[in-house]
Amino acid sequence: MNAPAPASTLVDPLVIAGRAYRSRLLVGTGKYRDFNETRDAIVASGAEIVTVAIRRTNLGQNASEPSLLDALPPSEFTYLPNSAGCYTADEAVRTLRLGRELLDGHKLCKLEVLGDPASLFPNMRETLVAAEKLVADGFDVMVYTSDDPIVARELEQIGCVAIMPLASLIGSGMGILNPWNLRLILEQAKLPVLVDAGVGTASDASIAMELGCAGVLMNTAIAKAREPVRMARAMRLAVEAGREAFLAGRMPRKYYEASASSPATGLIGS
Amino acid sequence: MASLTLTVNGKVTELATTSATLADVVALMGLEGKRIAIERNGEIVPRSRYASTPVAGGDRLEIVGAVGGG
Repeated sequence: MNAPAPASTLVDPLVIAGRAYRSRLLVGTGKYRDFNETRDAIVASGAEIVTVAIRRTNLGQNASEPSLLDALPPSEFTYLPNSAGCYTADEAVRTLRLGRELLDGHKLCKLEVLGDPASLFPNMRETLVAAEKLVADGFDVMVYTSDDPIVARELEQIGCVAIMPLASLIGSGMGILNPWNLRLILEQAKLPVLVDAGVGTASDASIAMELGCAGVLMNTAIAKAREPVRMARAMRLAVEAGREAFLAGRMPRKYYEASASSPATGLIGS
Repeated sequence: MASLTLTVNGKVTELATTSATLADVVALMGLEGKRIAIERNGEIVPRSRYASTPVAGGDRLEIVGAVGGG
């Protein structure tokens, strides 16, 4: 349903690792009530790339139990297996190799190595080690990172395919807390920079796009909205609006200097 | 009774057989036809090799699938 179109037909596509996508909104598949809600929300979001986690299978479970892959067939969506929940480079690399095997050799992955269970802040030392190993092993690595421009540059030099700084803590909905650091990362990056984590509502997504981000990745902001499907639609529109505003180029800010939009002449009684 | 003791997803699991392949284990676990990936003693075994990969007592298997996540 949200399957990618041929690159040649796309206007202003998001290009990641040589593949073009129509949508600049990437979504997670966690925290929904059930797979129907997952699917409805993701279709409404227009997202083509969806993140999934790799976890131990329940053994001896009922074979007819529905699975995420039935709700979101890999033929219709680009899967982005993640290493969420991993705290070392080794765990993350093993997890993403399993994800690649699970998805028949699919090279695209989201690297995430956490450093703290309370803040879910990334451990950048482990992230850098894992990124080097994964790139050497042929993966296309989209990497979750702190909003440190020096680390972002190192990840780019290692050969990642997208830099994904947090806007605020994972699942916090606190929005874009440090647009200035995002700007520093955006100014130097030659790769797509996507905000990953922290978006709470539609305006946050628009702000990320207006800053010049190539896209936004979110999960909780949609899944934990009162009406996830409606919020998914709001996020699609917000990402599109923010992108259009970025491309259009905003007017300069004029502090304490008003400028009327209507003619100053030709007023009646003049 | 002869048996084969494996650790599957962190749990000690006893199979009532002395020889088995990874494909046998997958069938015994009710995972046939499901989209899974398997690590045997830390090394990934490609799906195409399940039937030709024997398991031995003491093997550690990790069997994973895709679940919802961000």
